Amino acid sequence: MREKLVIGLAAVVAILLSYNLYNIFLVLPDEVSQGYIYRIIYFHVPAAIVGMLGYFAAMTLSVLYLASGKFRYDSLAASIVEVSVVFSTLNIVTGSIWARVIWGIWWTWDPRLTSALVCVLIFAGYLMMRRSIDEPTQRARLSAALTIFGCVDVVIVWKSIEWFRNNHPGPVLSIRTGGGHIDPAMEHMLYMNFLALLLMGTVLVLIRSRQESTAREIDSLRRNAHV
Amino acid sequence: MDARNFTFMFYGFLAAWLIVLVYIVSLARRGSRLRKELEDVKQLISTAPENRS
Repeated sequence: MREKLVIGLAAVVAILLSYNLYNIFLVLPDEVSQGYIYRIIYFHVPAAIVGMLGYFAAMTLSVLYLASGKFRYDSLAASIVEVSVVFSTLNIVTGSIWARVIWGIWWTWDPRLTSALVCVLIFAGYLMMRRSIDEPTQRARLSAALTIFGCVDVVIVWKSIEWFRNNHPGPVLSIRTGGGHIDPAMEHMLYMNFLALLLMGTVLVLIRSRQESTAREIDSLRRNAHV
Repeated sequence: MDARNFTFMFYGFLAAWLIVLVYIVSLARRGSRLRKELEDVKQLISTAPENRS
């Protein structure tokens, strides 16, 4: 059942991404001041949103784990964090390439960029910490605590373009600005690619959480048989 | 400016797909390693002395 769901969703992602890439490169015009390079926004922004949504989902699952003690919440949270780190890395790398052209530099210690980097480092640390702890209950508790702590930084990343003076551009999506900051056709494509990346993230989480179940099965067989 | 702009856009998309591709490959390798490990453990348990009849 899960395999069929993964294959079906992967097919939808492939179709949606092909449609989006066709529109991004061949239909939508260049941005007036930035030219071609603005197209990076179609991966940069959706990847950031998917990453942040993932961290919040992981935080919810971590709270559920702490409340119930059920390991399936912990496994799912770990799978989601891993995939979210991939999307956040994608967000930082594409942003840095965009910045090289528009700002003339690869990186600046601006509040948005710095908090986003700290966020990736916190959750990369989370993944490393999980590998270093063998005892499942201790691992799950510490992971849950770190996820909740990490989500404070996610809020800072999200709100930093409103709270601080930044080099980073301000909010452009109508849901945050009330409209008028981006062409409707370009905004539509941002949402379409957000959907594609969200579905891609879902496929990756499904595959990763299956692996977590297999790892738990191996652990439990080993414990029972004292192998 | 336009040629450089286009080149960097290409680098941006290339980097994005490379990151996703590397992760997918690492997932696939980890999956096959786990499947093999599960089979090994199952086989070890079935061949353990206490399980032999």
